[in-house]
Amino acid sequence: MVTARITVNGKEASISPVAPHTTALDFLRERGLTGTKEGCAEGECGACSVLVARPGVNKPTDWVAVNACLVPVAALDGQEVVTSEGLATPGEPGTASTLHPVQEEMAVRGGSQCGYCTPGFICSMAAEYYRPGRCAHADSEGDAEHGPNGFDLHALSGNLCRCTGYRPIRDAAYAVGDPAEDDPLARRREQAPPAPVATEYTQDGRTFLRKDTLAETLRVLSERPDAVLVAGSTDWGVEVNIRSRRADCVVALDRLSELRELSVESDHIEIGAALTLTEIERRLDGEVPLLAELFPQFASRLIRNSATLGGNLGTGSPIGDSPPVLLALEASVVLAHADGEREVPLADYFTGYRQSVRRPGELIRAVRVPLPLSRVTAFHKIAKRRFDDISSVAVAFALDIEDGIVRKARIGLGGVAATPIRARAAEEALEGRPWSAETTEAAAALLQAEGTPMSDHRASAGYRSAMLGQSLLKLYAQTTEAVSS
Amino acid sequence: MSHLSERPEKPVVGVAMPHESAFLHVTGTALYTDDLVYRTRDVLHAYPVQVMKPRGRITALRTEPALAVPGVVRVLTGADVPGVNDAGMKHDEPLFPDEVMFYGHAVAWVLGETLEAARLGAEAVEVELDEQPAVITLREAIEAESFHGARPVMTTGDVDAGFADSAHVFSGEFQFSDQEHFYLETHAALAYIDEAEQVFIQSSTQHPSETQEIVAHVLGLHSHEVTVQCLRMGGGFGGKEMQPHGFAAVAALGAKLTGRPVRVRLNRTQDLTMSGKRHGFHAEWRIGFDADGRIQALDATLTADGGWSLDLSEPVTARALCHIDNTYWIPNARVAGRIAKTNKVSNTAFRGFGGPQGMLVIEDILGRCAPLLGLDPAELRERNFYRPGRGQTTPYGQLVSQPERISAVWRQVEDNGGLAERRREIAAFNAAHPNTKRALAITGIKFGISFNLTAFNQAGALVLIYKDGSVLINHGGTEMGQGLHTKMLQVAATTLGIPLHKVRLAPTRTDKVPNTSATAASSGADLNGGAVKNACEQLRARLVQVAASQLGSNASDVRIVEGVARTLGSDQELAWDDLVRTAYFQRVQLSASGYYRTEGLHWDAKTFRGSPFKYFSYGAAAAEVEVDGFTGAYRIRRVDIVHDVGDSLSPMIDIGQVEGGFVQGAGWLTLEDMRWDVSDGPNRGRLLTQAASTYKLPSFSEMPEEFNVTLMENATEEGAVYGSKAVGEPPLMLAFCVREALRQAAAAFGPSGISVDLAAPATPEAVYWAIQAARQAEAPGTGAAVNGHAANGRIPIDTRALSGV
Ligand SMILES: Cc1cc2nc3c(=O)[nH]c(=O)nc-3n(C[C@H](O)[C@H](O)[C@H](O)COP(=O)(O)OP(=O)(O)OC[C@H]3O[C@@H](n4cnc5c(N)ncnc54)[C@H](O)[C@@H]3O)c2cc1C
Ligand code: FES
Ligand code: FES
Repeated sequence: MVTARITVNGKEASISPVAPHTTALDFLRERGLTGTKEGCAEGECGACSVLVARPGVNKPTDWVAVNACLVPVAALDGQEVVTSEGLATPGEPGTASTLHPVQEEMAVRGGSQCGYCTPGFICSMAAEYYRPGRCAHADSEGDAEHGPNGFDLHALSGNLCRCTGYRPIRDAAYAVGDPAEDDPLARRREQAPPAPVATEYTQDGRTFLRKDTLAETLRVLSERPDAVLVAGSTDWGVEVNIRSRRADCVVALDRLSELRELSVESDHIEIGAALTLTEIERRLDGEVPLLAELFPQFASRLIRNSATLGGNLGTGSPIGDSPPVLLALEASVVLAHADGEREVPLADYFTGYRQSVRRPGELIRAVRVPLPLSRVTAFHKIAKRRFDDISSVAVAFALDIEDGIVRKARIGLGGVAATPIRARAAEEALEGRPWSAETTEAAAALLQAEGTPMSDHRASAGYRSAMLGQSLLKLYAQTTEAVSS
Repeated sequence: MSHLSERPEKPVVGVAMPHESAFLHVTGTALYTDDLVYRTRDVLHAYPVQVMKPRGRITALRTEPALAVPGVVRVLTGADVPGVNDAGMKHDEPLFPDEVMFYGHAVAWVLGETLEAARLGAEAVEVELDEQPAVITLREAIEAESFHGARPVMTTGDVDAGFADSAHVFSGEFQFSDQEHFYLETHAALAYIDEAEQVFIQSSTQHPSETQEIVAHVLGLHSHEVTVQCLRMGGGFGGKEMQPHGFAAVAALGAKLTGRPVRVRLNRTQDLTMSGKRHGFHAEWRIGFDADGRIQALDATLTADGGWSLDLSEPVTARALCHIDNTYWIPNARVAGRIAKTNKVSNTAFRGFGGPQGMLVIEDILGRCAPLLGLDPAELRERNFYRPGRGQTTPYGQLVSQPERISAVWRQVEDNGGLAERRREIAAFNAAHPNTKRALAITGIKFGISFNLTAFNQAGALVLIYKDGSVLINHGGTEMGQGLHTKMLQVAATTLGIPLHKVRLAPTRTDKVPNTSATAASSGADLNGGAVKNACEQLRARLVQVAASQLGSNASDVRIVEGVARTLGSDQELAWDDLVRTAYFQRVQLSASGYYRTEGLHWDAKTFRGSPFKYFSYGAAAAEVEVDGFTGAYRIRRVDIVHDVGDSLSPMIDIGQVEGGFVQGAGWLTLEDMRWDVSDGPNRGRLLTQAASTYKLPSFSEMPEEFNVTLMENATEEGAVYGSKAVGEPPLMLAFCVREALRQAAAAFGPSGISVDLAAPATPEAVYWAIQAARQAEAPGTGAAVNGHAANGRIPIDTRALSGV
């Protein structure tokens, strides 16, 4: 057994003897770092948020906040973690420690009441505090979701507080300044991130495995068809915690360089399946407007810091948010196997409820989005809560409208059938017709009849259907209002 | 000014300061009950055996398979209980039941070396059941006449005459949702046995004395053999007033039987499926108005969903009745209350304790009736306010004190929020936007402070001064984030006349202050503040004597201010620390126990009359919302609040309570959507929203974009400590304005003057259906003249889907 080691608040520790499914949260708490809390164990509340040093987008290293309740501690082998306890600077013996600027603002502005959510907020806030390029121009006023200091409120979208009503937390977030020159975590960003290490951690017959290369990983998959793949673990972590699933062998993909490339070619963009959504969002920087519209509505920043496209397609959930968008973009998936690669259009990928054409031993290496992109795009996610909620239905549009005529229409739907689907009837009803109230109303009626939505705790079937049609009417209203104003 | 309310020179109360534990919160070093597990050796973990059926007699319970699981140490069942097998105060809550009463009822607990072992053990326990038919919804309970507990009726005036005199009579029905507390810290307890077989329990409880009492009777011990400590809670909101007792008892029983520390900590789904919630209610009502829209008569029946056992359902229902008037004078009323017995978790206290439910009924009625009366809803509300100088009483016979504050806070909100101007802007916006509508609504609150049951309105404290001048206070209240401890430190420092840093607070323990009441009913600061102040006054009086002899003056001339004793007309000084040391050497007692009871309360539960409340808290709030006509999705653009906390003890804490309460109330009314399986399928009775992923709390996106909270100024309350008023619960109800604004925004999609029925919670889906109904509505010809039952007309929404009935 190669033992796995992790650096927490500057101190290195071995993770053994915990079971391989043990979450980082439980590991930290068992070591007495009880500042990191469990509020839900499914990535919803952020009470477990911790900072992890990851390969940066604009600097060598980023401090990224993640849900410690979802990530297995074994997945952090060789990595550096900072918790709320590690952010304050300890004082000389007998004197109080000095608060981190984020802690200071939260404390003095009444950002904590019961305090249970607070350490998690602190870590999420610290990650945004250290985000390179956060700082806005001194004269900036901010907007509804940004402070004058450039603080993006979405950084806290994965943290729940039941006590404060959030106003003082927002004030604290908007009050933090820039990291000082000698701030150790700020300086850490200038150094290389912790290198990926191969991990083979076994306890009681169960193994957590991370290989160095894609080839080795594929070989393992051929030998162990029972292995569970994990990337960000935002779905798998929920399975482990909530549905008590245990796997004999878990194979990590999230640090494989072959799955972490993003390239823009002349006729397509290729996005590595193990890039996190945050990385994709920041690296594409609006290049694909439909994806740019998707990301802020996809879970929370905390989840997006870990979640991957490979995972979102890998679970095959009919309410996943990326499939409708990728269907509208006519994307395909690149499947890798020890025997070779193949490319499958996403529209042909799903075969049934949580089922796909993916064969045993195969994994998703990348997603390809063909170029050029349609000009008129929109993503409408219907949910109860604006931030961080699961879709009742989701609709993505990609339309080419030339001289007032719809030349091409691609519509992806989630939440209306056992798999994500294309709304072919509505697409046909739009194509070749003028982009008008009449056309959209006719197409909306067809759209509304797509799939077989169900009634559940999220929404009634009637509402789901209605929203399909409404989303097209809304898009039409938006495009015409935009033109007229 | 009364002795109780008068503030000395340079008081520490009234100074804005952060929570006393803020430093510990932000550094992650504040300890909560379950954090102690990792600082304790040899802990056993307990895991419940939940039965996934809504009702049935247990015919077999086999624990041997669990004992075969590696790491399982013991299985706790009813046979292990040495004392009384009951976890409640009504003796209808067996800790280990013979009959499963709700889906997820725990019938046994498995103790394991690890949580994983205990979980696997619990999975292995075999339970056989003789299934019985279950009552799940309120409507089913009403039809089957499945009720339990008291059925109070509150009457005032002559209802029949009131209706006869009414120009307009409307009637309707309204059912609204329960609410999960969703304190971020789930239920937790850790029990130890000491060398003398005494039990010590760390518990996340709002009511340590009752936890102690129940643990004692389960274990067959006396109260002096059981000590309960609560360091702090990660939120309580009423959910830890009654509900922790059973979990603490399981931990204590396990510890007693194994001799090892035992930990109970519910995961979120266990917490959601096993612990009680805010009561959902059904209301049937008839209301009469005179030609000017003044309420003449109200006849209503409120049915609370009590769940399987009584718990606190009786006082919750009583409080609902006592708040149906809200800020409105109702001369003739007959309001009946009853408690449905359903096969669901036992509903319990939740911030407001029935008050919000009662008030929601009247606010919903007024929101629905205003268009039918041809009145602006704000105008209708104002016309019905209790008026000063008329000696108006509530329907239960209490004189409404300070009624002028109702319109004072209301007018201040109108002014601060610039409502008149914004109403014009909104009208212009709506005229220009067919697919998006805005609306602004203002609502007010009146909330009675004190426990309805007079005996609970007492508290104790123990204050110790050490030789070095440092002060330690103990009181019976618990800290759950509401800032009680911060206020108590401020009260002690104020009374003693010393700087805040001289005072420290010890964790709440039953062996320091006995027989305490729950930290509930917003009364924590009133009661414990009274007791702390009383103890400090005794100590101050003794120290002033000492100082007088040192300074050579009369005791009545000595003042202790900011830690220095001085006497009038002399510049001689005596520093606090010296004073204390001198007192010690003079053999003056430096500890005192304080006591407080609220004077002037009386309540007759049988006739449902009396003056149960010391005073009323007032407030008003205005919310502006924007609604998307395509989806029903909305945003809260701006909220303005003016709230009456008397003279605030701690303004930053109080503003935090107002804001947090408001957002929690908005969550209940708009977002938090508890759903149960009401089908006849195999999972009948199951809570469908049993995780954070399905039960959505307000997040940043629900916070008002602009949020202005003002505390009423010069608002001294004579009857409470240092002139303050309670703050914990009332602000929750300020959120009615959000729902009313959504109603008005939905109406704005239809012809003017229509009455819109809106489900509660008003989720985007509910708002969408309200918009659809508004769009399809006929313009009312003579809406105001309809002397009928217009509001009873059901809008074409699938209420089954919406409210889970
Ligand atoms: C709080 C919360 C909120 C969420 N909100 C949303 C939301 O708004 N919208 C949404 O769509 N989803 C949401 N999710 C679901 C989840 O975050 C996404 O599905 C995410 O994209 C999964 O990525 P991951 O890398 O974390 O997957 P993992 O958990 O690591 O893996 C999930 C599954 O995918 C498979 N898999 C992973 N990578 C690959 C690969 N490269 N090839 C083949 N199979 C692979 C694995 O075998 C595994 O079974 C949410 C989850 C949580 C916990
Ligand atoms: S514990 Fe709630 S997000 Fe991790
Ligand atoms: S302070 Fe209590 S949950 Fe945030």
